[in-house]
Amino acid sequence: MATEATRDVQKTEKSAVATAPEQTRTGPLYSPAVDIFENDNSITLLADMPGVKASDLEIDLRENVLTLTGRVTAPETAKESNVVREYRSGTFFRQFTVSEAIDQPKIDAQLTDGVLRLELPKVEKARPRQITVRAV
Amino acid sequence: MLVRRVWPSRPTFEGSFADFDQVRREMLRLLDATSGDDAPDAGAGVFPPMNITQDDNNFYLRAEIPGVKPAELSISALRNRVSISGKREIPPEHDRVSYHRKERAEGAFNRAVTLPTEVNAERVEARYTDGVLTLTLPKAEQAKPRQIAVRA
Repeated sequence: MATEATRDVQKTEKSAVATAPEQTRTGPLYSPAVDIFENDNSITLLADMPGVKASDLEIDLRENVLTLTGRVTAPETAKESNVVREYRSGTFFRQFTVSEAIDQPKIDAQLTDGVLRLELPKVEKARPRQITVRAV
Repeated sequence: MLVRRVWPSRPTFEGSFADFDQVRREMLRLLDATSGDDAPDAGAGVFPPMNITQDDNNFYLRAEIPGVKPAELSISALRNRVSISGKREIPPEHDRVSYHRKERAEGAFNRAVTLPTEVNAERVEARYTDGVLTLTLPKAEQAKPRQIAVRA
């Protein structure tokens, strides 16, 4: 146990996508919670997408727009009837504009326990360079 | 009994309950109207969100708990109560990083639910896949529905 007092998970309701794009499939769209951080070499994105299998996750980066689409198939079988329902299974969808130049072939994505970790390495020329001033 | 109404507009006891009832009915009607198929389900406001379903033999409890190690989940069942607790930790990033967004929550959670009937606590099964915890809770023998044959 950590020395500091353990904080409880702050619950945020699954938020529906505000401006839903035109869909060819029906069903609810949810916006996954994400963490995005960057260092000098790369931008990293972590997204909570519970119930998404690696084969049902699409990551698309084109014209500086990163699109994440994760499809969730409802796990309930036809015989089951509802007792309590607090969440619904639907597609996770979120788009980001990436301003930095990304080294596309080196993008790495991992999906473990419903959390996506996406590493977007910056291209060489977009990295900041330390410039040393020479004394003359 | 004759009640003389001094102030006719003042609601009597019977009257006020009738009013309550009407307000209640009106609210239920409004709730029904909004809880169509596309309306989001009312969350419990606590983490993790759970869905509970049943068939003749089992209850199924599913909870969306992404990014937790199965070893850090503790589940217990007694008679008709099931509780799930654990801790969701987001490991700190070591490099010098600057955050643009931090929306994912971390911390401890603890939830207990009471099921409509007793379950066989010995045979409860738990699986954790893709960030979804699924509990299969077999109903206790005496709680199972029984087919009753009608004799001619």
